[in-house]
Amino acid sequence: MPHIQVPEGVPGIRSLVMFRPETGQYLYELAQVLLRGESPLSEAERELIAAYVSSRNNCMFCMSSHAAAARCLYGDQKNIVDEVLADMQRSSVTEKMKSLLHIAGKVQILGKEVTEEDVAAAREQGASEREIHDTVLIAATFSMFNRYVDGLASWTPTDPAAYEEMGVRMSTKGYALPTKI
Amino acid sequence: MPYINVNNDLPGIRGLMAFSPETAAPMGDLANALLKDTEGLSPAERELIATHVSYLNDCFYCHHSHGEIACIYLDGNRDLVDQVRHDYQHAPITEKLKSLLRIAGKVQQGGKKVTTEDVENARTNGATDKEIHDTVLIAAAFCMFNRYVDGLGATTPTDLSTYPPRAKQVAENGYGRHIFSQHQPL
Repeated sequence: MPHIQVPEGVPGIRSLVMFRPETGQYLYELAQVLLRGESPLSEAERELIAAYVSSRNNCMFCMSSHAAAARCLYGDQKNIVDEVLADMQRSSVTEKMKSLLHIAGKVQILGKEVTEEDVAAAREQGASEREIHDTVLIAATFSMFNRYVDGLASWTPTDPAAYEEMGVRMSTKGYALPTKI
Repeated sequence: MPYINVNNDLPGIRGLMAFSPETAAPMGDLANALLKDTEGLSPAERELIATHVSYLNDCFYCHHSHGEIACIYLDGNRDLVDQVRHDYQHAPITEKLKSLLRIAGKVQQGGKKVTTEDVENARTNGATDKEIHDTVLIAAAFCMFNRYVDGLGATTPTDLSTYPPRAKQVAENGYGRHIFSQHQPL
C-alpha cells in the first residue's frame, strides 16, 4: 500500500506524478532530456546507467522498468544489460562504459565518493567531459527517482510482463507525463 | 576546480547548470515548484528540509546555500537553521515539522527506510498527504542535487560571507536560468 492516496492500480512513479503533476511534469521533462536528449552516450547506455544505479539502490520498480527499456534499445546485444546487473566488472561492456558505470556506482553511494582518479580513469578510456557529466547526473537523478518511488511505497508490479510492456513504451515513446490510467 | 571543464567559474550547481542548460531547465523548474510553493508547507519549512538533507549528505555548498535561504524566510534566525541541521529534535519547531524531518532523514538513507509508522506519526501531527509527498520529494531531490554538485567536484566557496547574497537572489527571484546566466550577486 502506498503511504499516500495515489490513483489505484497505477504503478510506481506514474501514480506519484498523477497525484502531483505540478512537480511531476518537471520530473518527466528531466528524464526525457537526460535519457533521450542530445548526448554522446547512446540511449541504450543511458538507460543502462539508470538501471545499474536503481539496482544498487534496490529499487525494484525503477530497475526492472529501465532494464527493460535498455534491453529494447540494445536489441541483439540485450544480454549486456543482464551481465551488467549481475557483475558489472565482468560484463562485456566497453572499458569506457565500465569506467563510467564505476563513477555512477560511486555517485549512488554519495557525491563525495567520486575522486579525481575515477574521472581521470574514465578520461583515459576516452570519455569526454559531456559523457562524464551525463553519467554523474543520470546517477544522481536516479538516486532521486528511486527514493521517491520507494519512499512513498508506490505500487511495484511483480509480473515481468508488465515491465516488458513498459520497456517497449519507454524505448519507443520516451517520457511523457501520464494523465490518465 | 570541478572534475570536468565547465568553461566558467560560477560556484556550485550554478557552474554545472551553465555547462548543461538543457538539463538545468527542468531542474530549476522542479526546485521552484517544490521549494517556492506556499500551499501546505511554507517556503521556510521546505528550505529547512532541503538544508537538513544536504547536511546529512555532507554537501557543503548545498546546505549552506539553502540554510541561508531558509534564514531569510525566518527573519535571520540562523541559530534555528543551524539546530535543524544537526539536532532538529530539540529545535523550537512544530511536532509536525519534526515528524516530516524524520521522514526526510529516512529518505536520505534510502527510500525503503521510510516506514508506515513514520508516515502515521506525521499524519497524527497534522501532516496532509501533500505535505508528506512534498517532504519525500524534496528529500529525494536533494539526494540528486547534492550528488550532482559533489559528484562533479563543483566549485565550493569556503567563505561563508559569499552565501547570503546568492540566497537573497533566490529568495527574491526564485530558481531558474537567471541564477547562472546573470551577473552573480555580491
